[in-house]
Amino acid sequence: MADPLLEITGLKTHFPILSKLLRRRVGTVKAVDGVDLRVAPGEVLGVVGESGSGKTTVGKSILRLIQPTEGSIRFEGRDITNLPAAEMMPLRARMQIVFQDPMSSLNPRMTIGRILAAPYEIHGVAKGQELRDRVAGLLGLVGLPADAAQRYPHEFSGGQRQRVGIARALALRPSLIIGDEPVSALDVSIQAQILNLLKRLQGELGLTYILISHNLGVVSHICDQVAVMYLGRVVESGPREALFFNPKHPYTEALLAAVPMPEPGMRRAHVPLGGDVPSPANPPSGCAFHPRCPRAMARCAVEAPMPTQLGDGHVVACHLHGG
Amino acid sequence: MAEAVLRAEKLGVAFRIPGGRTQAVDGVTFELRHGETLGLVGESGSGKTLTSLALMRLLESPPTELSADSIVFEGRDLLTLSEAEMADLRGARLSMIFQEPMTSLNPLMPVGKQIDEPLIRHLGLSSAEARARSEALLARVGIPRPSEAAQRYPHQLSGGMRQRVMIAIALACRPSVLVADEPTTALDVTIQAQILDLLRELQDELGTAILLITHDLAVIAETAHRVAVMYAGRIVETGPVAALFATPLHPYTEGLLRSIPRITRARQAELPEIPGMVPAPGQLPAGCAFAPRCTFADAACHTERPALEPAEGGREVACWKPRHG
Repeated sequence: MADPLLEITGLKTHFPILSKLLRRRVGTVKAVDGVDLRVAPGEVLGVVGESGSGKTTVGKSILRLIQPTEGSIRFEGRDITNLPAAEMMPLRARMQIVFQDPMSSLNPRMTIGRILAAPYEIHGVAKGQELRDRVAGLLGLVGLPADAAQRYPHEFSGGQRQRVGIARALALRPSLIIGDEPVSALDVSIQAQILNLLKRLQGELGLTYILISHNLGVVSHICDQVAVMYLGRVVESGPREALFFNPKHPYTEALLAAVPMPEPGMRRAHVPLGGDVPSPANPPSGCAFHPRCPRAMARCAVEAPMPTQLGDGHVVACHLHGG
Repeated sequence: MAEAVLRAEKLGVAFRIPGGRTQAVDGVTFELRHGETLGLVGESGSGKTLTSLALMRLLESPPTELSADSIVFEGRDLLTLSEAEMADLRGARLSMIFQEPMTSLNPLMPVGKQIDEPLIRHLGLSSAEARARSEALLARVGIPRPSEAAQRYPHQLSGGMRQRVMIAIALACRPSVLVADEPTTALDVTIQAQILDLLRELQDELGTAILLITHDLAVIAETAHRVAVMYAGRIVETGPVAALFATPLHPYTEGLLRSIPRITRARQAELPEIPGMVPAPGQLPAGCAFAPRCTFADAACHTERPALEPAEGGREVACWKPRHG
């Protein structure tokens, strides 16, 4: 295997729960609680999970937008877990993020031209005519008209705004782009346009993506590797084919069974998973999934399963499979 | 064929705005039959939610203007009813659930009390009778320890549990029609599966007809018997779910179905896209509203608007070139 572009080991990101009156720490939300991930250059990793699984916190921790509590993040061969802000700055050009809702991540009072010029100005890369040329180049790259530079975010549709979000992420030629639900707010016909754009750009620019999504169809379409998260941990990860067509963890199975299919008559045979995702402030003992697991054993309530290698990079953390 | 419990004829919703009038829903005709689920599907701005609010007569006027030849529900034209008569129907014979239960439940009232209300108001039960019925309803919609749960406030429940409470309120008086506007869109996929199963079970028990409004064709495929596809304020195609998904007649329906990313073994190199975007209301092209995005459009499509016409197999389509013919 090639050297990974990104490798995170034992990542934990915990948030304190403070009391209302004296702001004393009364508990901890273990949003991310021991996550290992590897992403090879040019690969697309999908991180899937339901609300509260910690997938967004993983993304933000990798970018050090949130400081992780424990563990290490290696990016382009360098440990960046505790780099001071000044040393992180040049690296920020190499790793970028695209958010779900471009309306709330684009400054409504700035023209698209100024929004796209900002990365070049902040990093002192270009100015004057060269800056204008680069902005025009970015607009062309994501399929926006050149006159978009003079207009404001509200003048664009959701799909076009997401193109602006992608253009901004691409400005400094990053190697890694994290997409946090980048197509979730879009209608299906527009979603297809943006997914095709992401795929084309990946090929043209040799990008590596981490795509955080709750939509398994989207992940199946675009990702090479998939990691399934539940309550702050990765319960199963591996190549796309293995995850979707030979899932081993009962949670992955249940998740796949719950996805409605756009084919009438394919109604799920399975009984849907009962219960709710528990609170990450008070996760169940042992395997966090055991209270909802249809195949839970006595052992699952007391002992957390360790990740087990099943070959070809397929890893599962479940007592049914070694764990 | 079961008879219609609700039939809307040429339903329209317009917005009166300074300097003009915008027709957001235009000439929508459909019927909902006893005990069936009709899926009303469309993208943002297609007018599907406005249509549902118009049926319930929940649109504020001004700025909106409701027009229709008739909206017949259980033999009565809703357009002729007074506000008081409508209030007697809503929550009793004709109910609605919304996407976000957090904003449709009263945050200051325990959920049990919110289920008691329609039972007292519409069925004339005493508070004690209503409470007993509410707890039975909470149990029926799958909420554990119903008498405890009845004391809880909405914020103390999860999103899935809140939607169950909404369903209990809506079905408390055994309505003949339930309008469900994106009932599972805010929920995680495992919870969505629970709620869709619950709606199906309750429909079988109570014989309630459901108008299911959603942007998600997969939810339609799993839940609905028939489907109506909306585009730019109009219905462009209707039909039984199986036939419509297998051989969509309208190029828009076909495009929508093709652009869904699916979990398939072989990966598609590229997803088929529908080029361009939905026109803004008030800026509709002269002919077919979909023509500017349609690969098969010709001169006729750009000049004259196609009406919704019957097609084989109980289907309808509004297209000059159905199946590209």
